[in-house]
Amino acid sequence: MVNLFNYIDRPSAIHRLTGATKLICLLLWSFAAMYTYDTRFLVVLSVTGILLFAVGHIHLSDVSFMLGFTFAFLVINSIAIYLLSPRHGTEIYGTCTFLFGMSGRYAPTAEQLFYHLNYFLKYLASIPIILLFVSTTNPSEFAASLNRIHVPYSIAYAVALALRYIPDVQQQYHEISQAQQARGIEMSRKASLTRRLKSATSILIPLIMSSMEKIEIISNAMELRSFGKNKKRTWYMERRFCAADILCIAACVLLVAAAVALNFINGGRFYNPFI
Amino acid sequence: MGDILLTFHNFGFQYNAQSSPTLYDINFTVERGDKILIAGPSGCGKSTLVHCMNGLIPFSYKGEMTGSLTLRGSETAAMSLFDISKHVGTVLQDADAQFVGLTVAEDIAFALENDCVPQAELITRVREVAELVNIAGYLDHAPGELSGGQKQRVSVAGVLVDDVDILIFDEPLANLDPATGKQAVELIDEMQKQTGAAVIIVEHRLEDVLYKSVDRVVLMQEGRIIADMDPDTLLSTDILRDNGIREPLYLSALKYAGVSITPDKHPWNISKIILDEADARKVHNWYCSKDAEAADAPGETLLDVRDVCFSYNDGIPILKNISLSIGRGEMVAIVGTNGAGKSTFAKVVCGFEEALSGTISFAGDDFCSYSIMERAEKIGYVMQNPNQMISKIMIYDEVALGLRTRNVPEDEIRERVEHALKICGLYRFRNWPVSALSYGQKKRVTIASILVLEPRMIILDEPTAGQDFRHYTDIMDFLERLNRDGITIVMITHDMHLMLEYAKRAVVFSDGRIIADDTCSNILTDPEIVAAASLKETSLYELALKCGIDDPRGFVQRFIDYERRTVREARQDG
Repeated sequence: MVNLFNYIDRPSAIHRLTGATKLICLLLWSFAAMYTYDTRFLVVLSVTGILLFAVGHIHLSDVSFMLGFTFAFLVINSIAIYLLSPRHGTEIYGTCTFLFGMSGRYAPTAEQLFYHLNYFLKYLASIPIILLFVSTTNPSEFAASLNRIHVPYSIAYAVALALRYIPDVQQQYHEISQAQQARGIEMSRKASLTRRLKSATSILIPLIMSSMEKIEIISNAMELRSFGKNKKRTWYMERRFCAADILCIAACVLLVAAAVALNFINGGRFYNPFI
Repeated sequence: MGDILLTFHNFGFQYNAQSSPTLYDINFTVERGDKILIAGPSGCGKSTLVHCMNGLIPFSYKGEMTGSLTLRGSETAAMSLFDISKHVGTVLQDADAQFVGLTVAEDIAFALENDCVPQAELITRVREVAELVNIAGYLDHAPGELSGGQKQRVSVAGVLVDDVDILIFDEPLANLDPATGKQAVELIDEMQKQTGAAVIIVEHRLEDVLYKSVDRVVLMQEGRIIADMDPDTLLSTDILRDNGIREPLYLSALKYAGVSITPDKHPWNISKIILDEADARKVHNWYCSKDAEAADAPGETLLDVRDVCFSYNDGIPILKNISLSIGRGEMVAIVGTNGAGKSTFAKVVCGFEEALSGTISFAGDDFCSYSIMERAEKIGYVMQNPNQMISKIMIYDEVALGLRTRNVPEDEIRERVEHALKICGLYRFRNWPVSALSYGQKKRVTIASILVLEPRMIILDEPTAGQDFRHYTDIMDFLERLNRDGITIVMITHDMHLMLEYAKRAVVFSDGRIIADDTCSNILTDPEIVAAASLKETSLYELALKCGIDDPRGFVQRFIDYERRTVREARQDG
């Protein structure tokens, strides 16, 4: 079965950071990656991000489904950009260098390809780090961290429960779909898309019905054990900041500072090698 | 007089959505140190009564209360749900579903976290309670990694952290195999002795709960308490049988033998019951008066599985060289602990999962070359929870689904659907929405939707899970009728009564292998297999030993034959 959003419990330096640290670092890192188009900086972020996977003992195969999904999305997106505005790169970088001796509206230019490279790097710099965050952050600790940054605990707990139940729901979906296939609901690639969409409802209805039963049980179980009694609650899994946490946050603050500094050095968000 | 914790006085309750009350004239008290068993058929109001005690009524389920319900002297209606839960702890039926924390430790800590107990104290308190229920070695484990019995220990710990005065167990045995159920009853007994709290157990499996003593049994029927007495007195009457609760099997046997049951014989537990020589002789005479029945000759082989191996992607073998044949017209039980490979076996047979090696043939054809859909026309598979299968709003459409996807002409569909609905006793509901049906009726809808494909065999996963005796009897009698009409039936089950009463043969799975394949009476009297499969020896066996019967297995078999022949057939014909 594919792994969508799952915590993977393998002890590592990244697992040991507190959830709050990881959340703050994720936000800072994403901001840096979104803010700049500086190729050099994005390469550094991408390479570091992939190295962090090794530090966090997460294998690419653990997140292959989501990576593949992102990649497919990226390819579609790039094609669309190229079709809709093939001269976007030229507009940004101010020069026009045709390649392979071709010319015309859709002829490839060095600027356009460079723009696409940057676009690709931006994804590469930000998506893996989100996956790394999800795989290395224990949902309950994540809830505790959200609560620490002043998200109400009922919402924080709901997020944690949702994350926790994803594998369960996946398992249920799998079982229901098997039983429905036996009754003749075609879910394989052989069936047409509309037919598959129709088939999906015959799996979703039982899935929703049986999930509703569970929701009632779990909300009773929570209420019977005083959930919602006070404005605050404590967290068994909450952890204190240690030196590594402060170091990581500092490093991410530096990243943002670097991204902002590069903006001034480059005189804009783009690094321009064409001038 | 002990310390009175809870008092119902002329209490009644009516849900807002319902036109008549669910509870009437409830009068009873719970004192500190009491151990009370509440029994009654589904719909008798016992869940509602539990909700009233733990405060979910009126705080989560709205309705009108009459009379008075006091907890340690104060009216609960004037308290908050949180005040009540400080005194009343509830262990819900489904240990899986009530896991709130991601790990054992967090789950135990949950109530304390909500009370803002500082972290350092949380950690020490969780450890203390975990040691009390003997689960301290698993604090970092996720619920999915635990066995059924361990999960129950965690649930108990989760309410014990609060130092409650009353502990309520709502159907604690429903999802457990017989051996784990026995441990659960021991755990409840132990917890009561250690904490001194009052314990209330809601359960219809009387014989299993009475493995350890209880002070009183409260019997409910149609929203009223119809008996509140000690188990010895209750078991000496016919109240249980008259109200759809199964009496312990050894008592049925004694009654068939003409032994009169009186409170001074201590009938509450088979190892405590006092039988004099005259009684033993009566049992012996009864045994001798019944002939051993010849076993039916097995029909031709329908399903033949040879050397099937299976593992998921992780490579851990789930099925190891499974070989099994099932003959036409058999009614077979597949038993074993959770994770022994029973359900996986069914999935491999139905084609949901593909065997790594081995062959499967059905009526001589190679089954492995068939698709899921083609196999389903030979072998139908019914999941445990009907809500996992039902995907249409109307009953007729639900049953017709499998035919419509196979492009059967509409007039033939009508004919086949109506026929299936008639077999399942649902014909008069054919134009109703599924949501109007009870759980047991929904189960029949799912069976009808499988039968409509005219399979020659059906595999049912836990056909009677969570059902009271009456619904259990309805479903099982129905399956037996189908079986008599020529459909081969395979049931995956934990329920020993089910296998003993309805299956002629049991196949025992353990750790991916078949460790026994024999008559149910032989299996349930073989201590080694009973232990390996987490079953429990039947009390009939102990009764036979007590009465000095030289062939206790034969005694068990004759009891089953007698019940099948006289009691059940009379009921089914009547």
